[in-house]
Amino acid sequence: MTSQSAQKSLRDPIGIARGLGAAGHGFEHWWAQRLSSIALVPLSLWFAFSMATMAGADYATVKTWLASPLNAALALLLTVIMYHHVILGVEVIMEDYIHTKSAKLISMITMKFAFIVMAAVCVVSILKVALGG
Amino acid sequence: MANGIRRPISPFLSVYKLQETMIMSGLHRITGMGLIVGLLLFTWWLVAAAAGPAYFAVVQGFLGFWLGKLMLFGWTFCLFYHFSNGIRHMVWDCGRSLEKESIVSSGWVMAGSAVALTLLAWVVGLLVLAAK
Repeated sequence: MTSQSAQKSLRDPIGIARGLGAAGHGFEHWWAQRLSSIALVPLSLWFAFSMATMAGADYATVKTWLASPLNAALALLLTVIMYHHVILGVEVIMEDYIHTKSAKLISMITMKFAFIVMAAVCVVSILKVALGG
Repeated sequence: MANGIRRPISPFLSVYKLQETMIMSGLHRITGMGLIVGLLLFTWWLVAAAAGPAYFAVVQGFLGFWLGKLMLFGWTFCLFYHFSNGIRHMVWDCGRSLEKESIVSSGWVMAGSAVALTLLAWVVGLLVLAAK
């Protein structure tokens, strides 16, 4: 593998490399993952300990809690940022383990659509509790 | 390989002696996938909160049942593991504590923090339940 020709054959012509690798998008993905992580540090602590203090709470208590503007806003932020973070994470996992181009594309699209639908359902649910009577 | 060239590939799991760092790294991804199950619970719980008291009681009933509690406990641990190890990753991203010794020791700090935060959340939850 150390001979000159073997070394040379490992180099991709730029035309082949273009569009196949990170090719400029790697940093944005990496940075979005970090940025969402930073935001999720306080949000997940807030959520976990809010849930702990509401253990076994009845409907009226949960509704009052979620209807407060601050809690509703934080729940919305948690939903959107968490789903975004999950999509970024699953994307990397799929890139690692799915090697067929078509299967990768179909999985990625299905995964993103499914998570976006679920996130939308969460957002509407929160808004319904926060704004509805 | 797409272009028919046999490239050198990095050695895979089977050639390594099992080390704590690789288990910790693998668990970051596994807990991340566990958190997706938690996200399903989160979504279901919010839908129930929007649906009204009758349906909310069904979901609360499931979460209070042993299987629901087990899932909540697993979710809590996955959350705090991924949380603590995520912070460890951010320290590495800043170029700090990348030496072999500090990677192992920060790993144990991270594992301790994951267990401690999980227990803390459950102690709070159980105290709240007991006070009812």
